[in-house]
Amino acid sequence: MPFACIHVLNFILQSALRIEPGLRAQAAGILDGNPPFVTVIARNKKAGSLGLQIGMTKSQAEQIQGLQLRRRSIEHETAAHAALVDLALSFSPRIEETAADTIILDLAGLAQLFGGFEKLAQRLGRRAKKFGLSAQVAVGSNPEAAQLAARGFAGVTVLAADEEMERLGSLPVIALNPSFEIRETLERWGVRTCRALAALPVAQLSERLGQEGVRLQELARGASGRALIPTIAAMEFEEAMELDTAVSELEPLSFLLGRLLDQLCGRLSARALATNEIRLRMELEPGEEEIFGIAGKRQNRVYSQSSTTADSSSRRESGAPRNDNGGDRGDANRQSGTRHPERAGLRPAPTNAEVNRAEPDATVLIYEHVLRLPLAMRDSKALLRLWRLHLEAHPPASPIVKITMTAEPAKVRFAQSGLFVPLSPDPEKLEITMARTGHSVGAANIGSPELLDTHRPLSFRVGRFNPLEASLPANDSGESSVSSGVSLRIAESASLLPATALRVFRPAMPAKVEARDNSRDTTHETMNKVHAPARVYFGGVWGDVMAASGPWRSSGDWWTEDPWNQDEWDLEIEFPVPAAKETNAFSRTAFSHAAQKAESTRARGVYRIVRERASGEWFVRGVYD
Amino acid sequence: MVACGIPEIDHLTGGLPRGCLTEISGPIGSGRTSLLVSLLSALTKREESCALVDGRDSFDPCGAEEAGVVLGRLLLVRCTNIEQALRAADLLLHGGGFGLVALDLSDLPIASVRRVPLNVWFRFRRMVENTPTVFMLLEQESCAKTCASLVLRLEMKMARWRSSFKSGNDGNSQPTLLSGLQFNAEVVRCRFERAKSEDGSPGGLASFNSAASDFAAVDSYEGTRCSFESKPAWTELTKKRRKNSEA
Repeated sequence: MPFACIHVLNFILQSALRIEPGLRAQAAGILDGNPPFVTVIARNKKAGSLGLQIGMTKSQAEQIQGLQLRRRSIEHETAAHAALVDLALSFSPRIEETAADTIILDLAGLAQLFGGFEKLAQRLGRRAKKFGLSAQVAVGSNPEAAQLAARGFAGVTVLAADEEMERLGSLPVIALNPSFEIRETLERWGVRTCRALAALPVAQLSERLGQEGVRLQELARGASGRALIPTIAAMEFEEAMELDTAVSELEPLSFLLGRLLDQLCGRLSARALATNEIRLRMELEPGEEEIFGIAGKRQNRVYSQSSTTADSSSRRESGAPRNDNGGDRGDANRQSGTRHPERAGLRPAPTNAEVNRAEPDATVLIYEHVLRLPLAMRDSKALLRLWRLHLEAHPPASPIVKITMTAEPAKVRFAQSGLFVPLSPDPEKLEITMARTGHSVGAANIGSPELLDTHRPLSFRVGRFNPLEASLPANDSGESSVSSGVSLRIAESASLLPATALRVFRPAMPAKVEARDNSRDTTHETMNKVHAPARVYFGGVWGDVMAASGPWRSSGDWWTEDPWNQDEWDLEIEFPVPAAKETNAFSRTAFSHAAQKAESTRARGVYRIVRERASGEWFVRGVYD
Repeated sequence: MVACGIPEIDHLTGGLPRGCLTEISGPIGSGRTSLLVSLLSALTKREESCALVDGRDSFDPCGAEEAGVVLGRLLLVRCTNIEQALRAADLLLHGGGFGLVALDLSDLPIASVRRVPLNVWFRFRRMVENTPTVFMLLEQESCAKTCASLVLRLEMKMARWRSSFKSGNDGNSQPTLLSGLQFNAEVVRCRFERAKSEDGSPGGLASFNSAASDFAAVDSYEGTRCSFESKPAWTELTKKRRKNSEA
């Protein structure tokens, strides 16, 4: 049964280079240890040529010109190891996490799939490069042989079953990683290669070195019988980056985010997954700073919740004043037909957490946000655009010193397109379009209108626009399935009359009304009587009511703090037209119509007018258009 | 071409052209919103996604749903000024994939709409060209000039009222119900040819002539008029309730 081993040489350095690819072309070294005992623990060839040695102190290393030094990062190494696991899992479901820098794969049944072990090993190497890791790959008949070859030989090595002993024989005994005592003993015997160790008689070797010696000889012969210890891979996708210099501008930040997203999307792609939720957590530099155009103040040990409505993926629950009752703005709440969302028991849904807070037990500030997507995607560029838009709208309060990005895995969306599939925007493109539009008009003002479960007039909220999930009303589904994809015939619509649409005034316009008994509606007694309006005043002009329909009385929510109780009228109103006069107020009424028609001296329109029964106030709710 | 769901308008224009800018102009109360809602209803029922950029936040989703609009397929952008509306329309057209993008500038002051440079409309026209999107512009006065392939002018003709019940003895009850509104429509500009029915009379869906899509206007239908009527949503609701009770 063949096995492959992927081994990343100089793993500590490579995990740093994976996050910071620009260092590959430079002389770089990794430092570790607690001050003042900080020493060099890894370096690349260029650094070696400049004279950097493993074990040098930080001060010694810093004296070398042109050297890039980085601190060792456990996060980088963890992410690199996770990437290695994802890489292995994209080839075989049975893998073993032998070490942080070594993964062994069970290749049973994969030879035919990939056209032979040679090609498979080469593909493993190429895929590792895509992940930002330069790996040595070897294929052997058992896990230990594959591991030994991967650690010992550069590039891609495929060991045939009959030549394993010969090929491994050229490796030094140290490659077997013997204990110090055994290494000394073998050194005294003059046994320096695996070939020499394999040639020793087993019984005598056992007498002198014990079972450990026998095990080492088996390894040297490439004849280990060890079974693979399969790993159950965790579905965790997290990438982190610690910054030596705090980032305080959006451009470099988006560059770093792009790198993290590339890594995350690559890993997700390797596991045939996508994500519908990405969490960004950034550690901010403490102190008062002016960055991203916003003055940030240190929030000393105080948690502060920032707005959650700005996120494009949140489902807004009438949190903003515009989101219910037809989106009446704050001043519209004077009309009792409208209501406060809080009073109505509707609370904003904190679906997207965005926190700009101070850790209670530390001095670091944390910026945290979750980007939720309506569909799973793994296009790093699209995701980066979404993050950019969010960060432009909600910049962090201080420079950033550490970035952690976590993706929640989700199944990839498959879509079968066809000739007769109705027109719909590409979901990923739509997400960006909505985010950009939301950035322009406010995220709370874009989405799909959803009617609220209430009889209150004009109640709706703006929800998430997701045409893929939108379903037709039950009675319409039949028609749509027939007519989808082809032009609607005129004959189909011939029997239908269009509905008269109401154009709503937000906020509702206050009005004065004279009833038919010629009394102004100013007293409460008069208001409680139902008189048809005879004249209406709004927009600065009195108009005559030519026809009226009403009152249509409705009320509700009397058990809450924000009830409504009103009479609605449909009125056909005729206004005298001021010659060539047009103001903003007039533009909302029929005057603007008449202003354009110089020959007309009267303008008519059908309006919906509401009387609040509690207060007796009149409002123009809208016009039939 | 897309039928807007109002037979008279469809007969008059032959349908609204895809990949073109269509202007619907008229004063407040002239039936522009009814035409828009009818088109939204027709398209969303065919499972097409539509976008409405509401320049003054005056859209009524409750009425739209009663008129048959599938709200889940409607992307509503609520703007507060013309800059936001133009920017949103630009982004939506750029994003693509919508069956209809409607830019409603009806409630904005005419002066501010007039101030929009012509190159904005030209840009919109170029963006929507060769796409299956109907780009509809609603306003009080036509302002896109030659960038519009179809310009319809609407105005209110009359309101229909009918007696629904006898007048009460106290004289306070209202003996009328709003039973519908009648509108006039006129083709101000048309840049495409309309197909004729088999018998030679106009009435088929229009065939868009791409060669005439530029500045060579086909003006044979300009100036033609029609009237159409809309009914209040409650009439349909009453019918439905009656049907349900009978069932």
